[in-house]
Amino acid sequence: MAKDIILRLSIRSVRLHLLRSILAALGIVIGVVAIASMGMMGANMTLSVTDQLSDMANILVVREYTGGGMRMITTGGGGAQAIFSGSGSSDDQDWVTDKQFKDIQRIAAQYGTIYAVYSQSDRIEVGSLGGRTTIYGLDTAVIPEIFTLQEGAFPKSTNQVMVGPMLAERFGLTLGTRIDIGNPDEGTTTVRVSGILEERGMSMDMNTDSAIIGSQKLYTGIYGGEGEYTQVNIVLDDIDNADQAITDLKDELNKKGDVITVQDSSRMMESITSTLSTLTGFVMSIAGISLLVAAVSIFNVMMMSVTERIREIGILRSIGTQKGEVRRMFLYEAGILGLVGAGIGAAASLTLGYLVVLAMVGTTSYFFTPQSLIYVPFAMAVGIGICVASGVYPAWKASNLDPIEALRAE
Amino acid sequence: MGAVSVIELDHVTKIYPLKAGDVVALDDVTLRIDRGEFIAIMGPSGSGKSTLLNQIGCLDVPTRGDLLISGKNIRKMIDQELTTLRLATIGFIFQKFNLIPVLTAFENVEYPYLMKNRREDITGRVRNLLLSVGIDNAMAQHRPPELSGGQQQRVSIARALVNDPAILLCDEPTGNLDSKTGDQIMELLVELHRQGRTIITVTHDARVSRFADRIISLTDGRVS
Ligand SMILES: Nc1ncnc2c1ncn2[C@@H]1O[C@H](COP(=O)(O)OP(=O)(O)O)[C@@H](O)[C@H]1O
Ligand SMILES: [Mg+2]
Repeated sequence: MAKDIILRLSIRSVRLHLLRSILAALGIVIGVVAIASMGMMGANMTLSVTDQLSDMANILVVREYTGGGMRMITTGGGGAQAIFSGSGSSDDQDWVTDKQFKDIQRIAAQYGTIYAVYSQSDRIEVGSLGGRTTIYGLDTAVIPEIFTLQEGAFPKSTNQVMVGPMLAERFGLTLGTRIDIGNPDEGTTTVRVSGILEERGMSMDMNTDSAIIGSQKLYTGIYGGEGEYTQVNIVLDDIDNADQAITDLKDELNKKGDVITVQDSSRMMESITSTLSTLTGFVMSIAGISLLVAAVSIFNVMMMSVTERIREIGILRSIGTQKGEVRRMFLYEAGILGLVGAGIGAAASLTLGYLVVLAMVGTTSYFFTPQSLIYVPFAMAVGIGICVASGVYPAWKASNLDPIEALRAE
Repeated sequence: MGAVSVIELDHVTKIYPLKAGDVVALDDVTLRIDRGEFIAIMGPSGSGKSTLLNQIGCLDVPTRGDLLISGKNIRKMIDQELTTLRLATIGFIFQKFNLIPVLTAFENVEYPYLMKNRREDITGRVRNLLLSVGIDNAMAQHRPPELSGGQQQRVSIARALVNDPAILLCDEPTGNLDSKTGDQIMELLVELHRQGRTIITVTHDARVSRFADRIISLTDGRVS
């Protein structure tokens, strides 16, 4: 039993109207669960993305400057140029020229390995299955340096390609499978799978998990555009050189206006994390609306409680209870509703949040990290805070009742 | 210096401002009540008896005039001071008992004490008080709705006494009781008076007024 008799009164009052109290607290439960699971989902997503990205943190990507921000779509070759060339560009091209590639090699060779990448999205057919994927064209000398195979061998001739593991799964590709690249109406090129890549995860330089990787000769054979690279990748030997390398490249190549852009993963990671946290905040504030609804129902129940107990308040005041104590009694009552609601909500959000994270992020390996679990006490605090805040006006109203009037109430 | 007055009303007027017009509940009342007096306030319904009691009980302050409790003028007091004074010097006993329904009889008696002296174990004191008004330990664990009217009024007397107040204010204490139970309650009050407490009781009952040292009659808010 509570030592403080005011707290005892609050507890008894909640218990007296148990069903009503539970229904009011239910709103808080839902709100807390919503906020906590959304927060945890965001945290888990961020953690999982940054973990995947940081594996590639040592890569710089050089692209032609197109005026806008970062382009996530990999394009290349003649066809895409007209569509994607940016408005602010000093020239109309949308690719890194062979001369620029040579310049980049000259400037940045000291920092690591440099290679040029062609890429293009195209239609492919495997037997009766059709679909779209990205075709990469790379220097065959570089391929063994940057890729790891799960099985098979690196391409030795122009009609041999490697495929990403997800693509292999999607089309049932095995070593030796034939793939027709291109639109059947415009003529296709047939290649054979010589190797299947290890999973590489999400990355900013190349997304090879569901792509086809062949030689530059194969690529230009199909799409032309020799020496018009989509991008140039620099694999840094030391990640601490990233800023220096970027400065060197920009100083020289962007002397007469912006010609190239350089992206580095850490900056990209920052931008992804900040996008994710904006998104999480947005989703959480939508979840917070459910708490607003809960606040209304708590307010309602508290006002009912005050109205029903006007006479009791009069009695308490007449036998020497200070206004502040009456206020405290009602704030405690709201606090108890909040505490119960938030407690149940916390327990529920651990289970529900786990399921949400499993469903939305695909992995729960980050679920029990502090960054993720922090959302449970956070949501609880918000829930309890909202409850107590909803009780402020009713409590104030109760404490300011005229004792004589209150005693006269029935 | 003669008898010490615990209560002094000096031209006290209480007006309730209502939309339909002001109600003058007390009209220029001047009176002195000495320590240890047993006063009966009588008068027809609506004559201002409860209003007078509430003024003396510091539940409200006069519209005009001065009201002194143990020499302190309450007219200039703020709510917090009034409440503290009420807690320390006034014990209320009401017609409708006015116990807190969610608290046990024991807790009801304990309550004003806890408001005044926090965190002190007074189990023995509360038990003795309850026994002295005829409520045993088992009964003390019941909540008011489980008790008879007479038992509830006994509990409310114990509650009024727990802070050892100088003044007991009773608003028709036997009004909701049958005559036999009412007599028992009056005996309790008489006994408390004998122990030296100042008692002011509002009553319609001529038998109650027999116990009183003095009767104050009210008509339309005026002492007659
Ligand atoms: N809180 C109040 N607000 C307005 N009028 C009141 C209030 N209390 C009492 N009155 C009015 O004041 C007059 C005296 O009331 P009251 O003191 O309760 O009389 P009694 O107790 O003698 O029956 C009555 O006319 C009553 O209607
Ligand atoms: Mg009355």
